[in-house]
Order: sequence, then structure tokens, then C-alpha cells
Amino acid sequence: MRLALEKRDSKSRKMTILVPIVSLMLSFLLGAIVLGLNRANPVQTYIAMAKGAFGSQSKIQFTLVKAIPLLLCGLAVGIAFRLKFWNIGAEGQYVSGAIGITWVMQFWTFLPNWMFLPVGIVVGVLFGAIWGGIPGVLKAQWSVDETLATLMLNYIIIGYAEYLYINAWKAPRGNMGTVRYPEFAWLPRIWGRVHAGVFFALILVVVLWFVLYKTRWGFELNMIGKNQRAARCQGVSIKKNIILAMLISGGIAGLAGAIDSAAVTHQLTKGVDAGYGFTGIIIAWMSGLNPIASIFIALLMAALETGSDALQITLKLPAAMGEVLQGLILIPLLAGTVFTEYRLRILSKHKEISA
Amino acid sequence: MNWIDFTTKLLAATLAMGTSLTYATLGEVFTEKTGILNLGMEGIMLMGALSGFATAFSTGNLYLAILVAMLVGALFSLIHAFLCISMRANQVVSGLAITMLGTGMANFLGQRLGPASNKFNLCGMNLATKFDNIAIPTLSKIPIIGALFDVSVLTYALYLIIPFAWFFMYKTKHGMVIRSVGENPRTAAAMGISVSKVRYLYTVIGGMFAGLGGACLSLSFTPSWNDGMTGGKGWIVIALVIFAAWNPGRVVIGTLIFGGITSLQFSLQAAGFEMVIPTQFLAFSPYLITLVVLTAMTIINQKKKGSFASPTALGTSFAIDDK
Repeated sequence: MRLALEKRDSKSRKMTILVPIVSLMLSFLLGAIVLGLNRANPVQTYIAMAKGAFGSQSKIQFTLVKAIPLLLCGLAVGIAFRLKFWNIGAEGQYVSGAIGITWVMQFWTFLPNWMFLPVGIVVGVLFGAIWGGIPGVLKAQWSVDETLATLMLNYIIIGYAEYLYINAWKAPRGNMGTVRYPEFAWLPRIWGRVHAGVFFALILVVVLWFVLYKTRWGFELNMIGKNQRAARCQGVSIKKNIILAMLISGGIAGLAGAIDSAAVTHQLTKGVDAGYGFTGIIIAWMSGLNPIASIFIALLMAALETGSDALQITLKLPAAMGEVLQGLILIPLLAGTVFTEYRLRILSKHKEISA
Repeated sequence: MNWIDFTTKLLAATLAMGTSLTYATLGEVFTEKTGILNLGMEGIMLMGALSGFATAFSTGNLYLAILVAMLVGALFSLIHAFLCISMRANQVVSGLAITMLGTGMANFLGQRLGPASNKFNLCGMNLATKFDNIAIPTLSKIPIIGALFDVSVLTYALYLIIPFAWFFMYKTKHGMVIRSVGENPRTAAAMGISVSKVRYLYTVIGGMFAGLGGACLSLSFTPSWNDGMTGGKGWIVIALVIFAAWNPGRVVIGTLIFGGITSLQFSLQAAGFEMVIPTQFLAFSPYLITLVVLTAMTIINQKKKGSFASPTALGTSFAIDDK
């Protein structure tokens, strides 16, 4: 007797919904084992994390503030992944966006006060789009491996940002960080710490959902990802779409960087590479590249981050436990996805020959 | 300092730096040759660095530390193998997941496995012993190339491993099996080779080498533990495999060049060059150069097809009953 995978005739709808949910539960179970091995009570730990993330109004606000850039980065990565363009450079594109808005805030002093914020955000988006467009062009034109190109570009822009906030753009006081943006140019808050960036993110979710599922272009992107040869036969330009998708992907990541700078940090300084771009990869994949599902996964990831910060204080566990849980989350899902397209069959010895 | 001294020192630094890269790159070459792309190298190297350091710290036995690092590397790559081979997961995303898991796990354990006196943190701890350089009398006194004969055991071992790896890949039956599985799994399967078994085996072996590569960092190059101490070397490894054109013999060229650039950057910083070029620019220059060389290599590969091409089946899953 042996186990074998047999291809289903069509993708199983039931499995498409069931697999992520079961995977999520499995990853928490795996996390419980890791916690148990560290002599921590898993139930107690998870409760502490939930309390740390949602236990009070201000904690919910902290979680939401983290969820905004995470959601945007998840959306950014998701668009590129749709074409099987493995953009792991959302982190760099995010930093690029933060540099863009800071540049406007610092040096475009000829602008009237009310224009700083909108122009800053637009420039941030453009900077992100440029940083995403470079690997897009490299891939489309010469098929340069995009995983490596986007990753190397991360290191370059993060190094450059460091140069800016430590040397070139450093505020006269202190040893790092630029001068703070003028207060009239901050992105307004709407509920406690939660800022107007939440509208940007939610509107973008709706727009992307419409574009990806209801328009011809969305259909083309999907086709390129699923079957490049078929797309080419249909007269879809692969090169053009790769570059376009990467400009948009980078632009959204840049938007995340610009919004977070305008609303939270109000300057370019250490910690601008907070890892949102990398977590965006998990969000995109967990949500099945679906913008609407991304909202929930982004909230979950944000809760994991704020929740694990609380662990350090309440249970004296390293905050890196959150990273472990984030790392564990994809593994059962990756193992389970196969069941949407295949079913498990138990073959007995004599039947195997006929199969 | 005259230029001979400078070059000798630079070569010594390059070898120290390149050792870790060479182990990991060799491992990834073998994995990719069978058609499995393992982007988890960064996470596996970091786990190797951590587990090696933690073992050496608590037992003082460096060889046990190497062994543990290799086992941990094997374990992590086994997850990747299971996901990609048995469960047909997307190899790129699985690799990313392994990197995230490895990075998170290493940073977490780094704050758990240390002594109670340091709040269980391994950061800032020193090792009682490390892999020291062993100078071969006379040979190590030769200007410049003398640096080749004043290295650690880990580097000396490579002088044997690299030619052997090349021989194994191109001159033995086993090597042919590896290459056929990566080039055309269907034909290989038709000839009675178990594609899955070969892929499992070399993914795990690749992970062992990556774990060893990571341990080289924490036991010899910079004998210490720091969060994220690999600093992207696992990703550089993926690029170096392309530079090596998937040939174990050519791995050294890439690791020497990259190790050289990185070491040169450090010596330039030490020599006060940041007056001319900012420190941060020097720090990201290796990544910039990697990107430029990667682009150049890719364009050259396309112009003269064949000689530098990747294994045909790289990144694809395979099952005998697939159509």
C-alpha cells in the first residue's frame, strides 16, 4: 500500500477555502509545540498575545497602525506574484517611498503649505514605482532573475537611506534622523493613533479587487501567471505587463512608506526598514493573492507583531517569538495547497500496476 | 604598508570571508543541479551559525558544533524538500518561508540559549576556542600566495572538497544521475532513477553545506552570535550559483571575487576612505556589484546559449504520472 496524489478534474472550491483555515490552525499548533519546548504555556502565551494586540482601545489602535503598511505591502507583493514575478523587494520599495516623501518635505519649500502632504505622497509613490520598475525592466528586457534583483535593490536603498539620515539629510541636532516634517503636513489621525492611511488602504483594496477580477487587464495578468505561452498566443504583451505590474507594485509599496512616514515617524530615521515588505510576502501568499482576504491576514500579522511585543513584558519571552510564528504560518499552507488540485489516494499493491 | 603586504592581507581576508560562502554555494549548486531551487539559504545559514555557536559555547567542542550545524541545516532543508517534492509547493515561496522561519527561529533561540547571567542571551558571548588559522611552515611565508597556507581547517578542507565536488559531478555515475534529474526528470525516471529520492538527498545535502557555511561565520570568521549575522550572505549564495554556471569547480571564482570585494570594502573603510566615499556606499557596494554582474551574466548567457544555462527542470515539480 502507498499514498499517491491524483489530479482533480477541476480546482476544488471547498479545499480552496478549507486549506488556509486548517493551515492557520495547524501553524498555531506548531507554535504551541515550539512554546512548549521553551517551557512556556501555549494557551497562556496566546491569550497574552491576544491581549497585547486587542486588549484595550490603545492596543487595538497600535495593531491597526501596523496593519496599514502591512496591508499595503501585501497588496503590492500580491500584484507582482500574480504574474509569478517574485518581488521580494517591497521592503526596498517601501524605503524608497519614505525617501521620496522626505525629499519633498525637506527641500520643496517653494510649495504652499497645503500641498506638502499630497505632493509628498505622490513623489513617494513615484520613488517606489521607480525602485520596483528597475527589476521589472531587467526581467522583461533581459530576463534577469527578479528574486535576486529585487533583493539586491533592497540592500542598496536601505544603505542609501542610512546615508541620508546619518549624513546628508541629518538634522543639526542629534546623531541621526532628518528634521521632522512640518506639523501641517502630517497625515491626520482619525481615531486615537489610527490615521487616515486606513482609507488609502481600504480604497485601494476595492480598486484592486475590481481591476484584478472585473477588468480585461486583470484577466490578462492572471493568464500570464497561469500560462505564459497561452497568454502570448492571445496577443498579450508579457514584457509590457511585467513592467506595468512592477511599477504598480512598487508604487503601492512606496505609498506604504510615504504614508507611514507622514503619519507615524514624521521623519526619515533608523528603523525605516521595519520589515513590512517581507511580511507583505506572507500576507500576499496567505490571502491567495486576493485583496479582500489580505485585509484579514494583514490584521492577523499586525496582531502577531504587537502581541509578541507584549510577550516580552508579560511572560519574559523574547519578542522574536512573533517572527517564529510568522515563519511557521506559511509552512502548513504550502503543504496543504496541493489538495486544492490533487486528492490523496491510497493505492494497494496490485492496483498500482493498473494505475 | 606596501602593496605586497596589502594584497596578502586582502587575500587572507578574502579566504576567511569566502569560506562560508563557498560551502553554502557548493551545497546550493548540488541542490539546484537536481532541479530544486532552495531560496531558504539565508535562513538555513543563520540557523547553522546559531546552532554551531550555541553548541560550541556550551560544550567547547568545535567539531561537535560543526556536526550540529550540519544536522540543523539538513533538518531545515528537509522541510523544503518535503514541501517542494512531496507536496509540490511553489519552490520560490517555500524557500522564502524557510528563510523567514530560520531567521525568526535563530533570533528567538539566540535569546534563549545563552547563559542565565546574560539574560539567556547569546549576543556578546565569547567562545573559549575557535577555528584558528594554522600556518604551514615555509609555504605561508611566500608573499601573497602565502595567505593560502595560513587559513583555518575549514578552508583547508575546501582545497580537497572543491576538486572532489567537480569530479563527483562530471566524472562519476552519481554525478550523471544528478544532472539528468535536473535536466530531464522524465527521461531519468524512465531509466529507473527515482527522481524524488535524488532530489530529497541533494536538497538535504545542500542544506547541510549551508548549515556548515553558517557555522563558519560564527565559529571562525567572526566568532560570536548576532541577530541576522549572515547579513544577506544566503542570498548572495543564490547569485553566486548563477556566476558559477552551476559548476562546482567554478564556485571558487565567484566566492573569491565577492569575498574580495567585501574585504576590500572593509580595508578601504579602515584606511579612512570614507572621507571620499561614504561608509554606507562602501557597505552596499557588494550588493550593487552583485546586481550588475548578475545582469551582465544573464545577458551573456542569452547571447551564447547553452554554456552557462541553468538546469532545464530547475524550479519545477515532477511526478511520474504528470502529463
